[in-house]
Amino acid sequence: MKMVYLDNNATTQIADEVREAILPFLTDLWGNPSSMHTFGGQIKKHVETAREQVAALIGAADPREITFTSCGSESNNLAIRGGAEAMDKPPHVITSKVEHAAVSGPCHYLEDRGFRLTKLDVDEKGRLDVETLRREVKAGKSLTSIMWANNETGMIFPVGLIGEMVHEFGGIFHTDGVQAVGKIPMKISELPIDMLSLSGHKLHAPKGVGALYIRRGTKVKPLVLGGHQERGRRAGTENVPYIVGLGVACDLAAKHMEEETTRVKDMRDRLETGILETCPGARLNGDPKGRLPNTTNISFDYIEGEAILLMLDDKGICASTGSACASGSLEPSHVLRAMQVHGMSVHGSIRFSFSTYNTDEDVDAVLTELPKIVQRLRELSPFV
Amino acid sequence: MWDYTDKVNEHFRNPHNAGKVENPDGEGQVGSLACGDALKLMFKLDDEGRISEAKFQTFGCASAIASSSALTDIIIGKTIEEAEKITNKDIVDYLGGLPKQKIHCSVMGREALEAAIYNYRTGKKWDKQVEGEVICHCFSVTDKEIEKAILENDVKTVEDLTDTCKAGGGCGNCLPELQTIIDRVRGEQAVASAEPKVNSITNLQKIHLIEDVIDREVRPALRQDGGDLELVDVDGDTVKVRFRGACSGCVVSAITLKDVVEARLKENVSQDVVVEEVK
Repeated sequence: MKMVYLDNNATTQIADEVREAILPFLTDLWGNPSSMHTFGGQIKKHVETAREQVAALIGAADPREITFTSCGSESNNLAIRGGAEAMDKPPHVITSKVEHAAVSGPCHYLEDRGFRLTKLDVDEKGRLDVETLRREVKAGKSLTSIMWANNETGMIFPVGLIGEMVHEFGGIFHTDGVQAVGKIPMKISELPIDMLSLSGHKLHAPKGVGALYIRRGTKVKPLVLGGHQERGRRAGTENVPYIVGLGVACDLAAKHMEEETTRVKDMRDRLETGILETCPGARLNGDPKGRLPNTTNISFDYIEGEAILLMLDDKGICASTGSACASGSLEPSHVLRAMQVHGMSVHGSIRFSFSTYNTDEDVDAVLTELPKIVQRLRELSPFV
Repeated sequence: MWDYTDKVNEHFRNPHNAGKVENPDGEGQVGSLACGDALKLMFKLDDEGRISEAKFQTFGCASAIASSSALTDIIIGKTIEEAEKITNKDIVDYLGGLPKQKIHCSVMGREALEAAIYNYRTGKKWDKQVEGEVICHCFSVTDKEIEKAILENDVKTVEDLTDTCKAGGGCGNCLPELQTIIDRVRGEQAVASAEPKVNSITNLQKIHLIEDVIDREVRPALRQDGGDLELVDVDGDTVKVRFRGACSGCVVSAITLKDVVEARLKENVSQDVVVEEVK
């Protein structure tokens, strides 16, 4: 049975080009980039090339604005905790109710230590409450952290507008770009964004590497102390193989960007339309406009997500759900709850997320199997 | 990824008795869309009063569907009185186990059965809130249900309780109250189990207990003085022993008998024990 992988917002396959680029650094090129000798010293050039590749993908003015980290979560922690602690006085921390735990975690950490925390609502389409933000940013310098694109629904937030508001009152703006980087074009040097997090394994590099863009002049207190690496912003000998891999993955993402917004988007749209037309009780979560091109999140009335997911899994189809039952908690997805998705469908959401490695056959497979699964579970449901 | 047993997977993929019973004798529905799972159970009795047909409709995850399927298998062929005794643990055992966080699916099965039996007996629709006071408002769990969950599943922590009956799994406001209920119920349980002590054990268990107390608490002390003691017989509450070594013929052995041997046995076995020396 061929696997149909439609869970690319969770993780992505490692690109062949990335793996090839990494291998020499796991065999012959194992030196320490900080060494004075030629053997080690030559490694540094590769790390710096990767830095340029990352900077190029996001449109940073200067590669020195890129700090390599171990993952997207570390980037978010460094930006939020390190950013807040480097400010002259404790900032007002502003975030949204639909952030990834890697952002809400450090925000709550700051709240526990006396920082004021405000969490912005989204509407039923998942759009950010910008008016409340406009009021809140005036209440003193803020450290605002709002994601660029939501991992569950793919909704894109107006980071340019948010950054302008935050900057007008002297605040700092960080955005979690883990889902956005590589999927939508961006030129960060021209946007009012001070920090941006990204993660390797969401764009066909391995797990265990990420980066934080820190605009020149933005102060950040390091979390990992003890070495001069990464311009003092993150101590620790660099994860050279994966940093090289991340650089190549960024290069590839830049090359695939157009395909992402055309072929990938077409596949996503065909799947979405097909499901909404053929599955009874199916409804789209989020606004069809202003979304990532690769993501769709659909709820099915009166049936439960984990059951759908396991039946898809039997057919080799990988997707994910915001259902409470699948997570081990009793509450369904905080994102869908913030969007006040109706009770009859909040437990039955399925997310399909594409990459350039998907094919039309993948869409066909889901459109063949899913309506049967939905039908079967509806027959079991006492509410239909 | 849940670690479901083969039995759970089998019952989820090919559930037994899914559907509706025409003109059921009993019908009960528990859970809701908002809670994320719901189960409707229907059954019919034959002329001898045994459940001849049982069917379910379930909204929920794999383990909720499997628990429903298992429940119908278990109750078919049983009388109402027999079915009434089924607990959620019976459902869990039937499925070869459920992940800890999914135990509440089996509780939902037991509740649906309760609701259906109530409907059979009264002709009324079961309203679970009539019994007790709602403690967890997120999942509408009453104190009665919480107490039952604690006793039937040997719940020790609030976390276990949430896994079992969902209480406390939402906003978390009721967590302190849940802890209080657990402490109270477990406290009462401890007192209840402490009281009967020996009365509830068999004669053989009693003899073993007496031997054990003599070996652990009496003989080491006597041996220090070069003496020893053996158990000869147990007749009701009368324990017959024989002194050995330095103890036999010792002038204070009568005092030893009462102050040491009898005192230890009264403390550990029963207040009614009387110790007699066999020469």
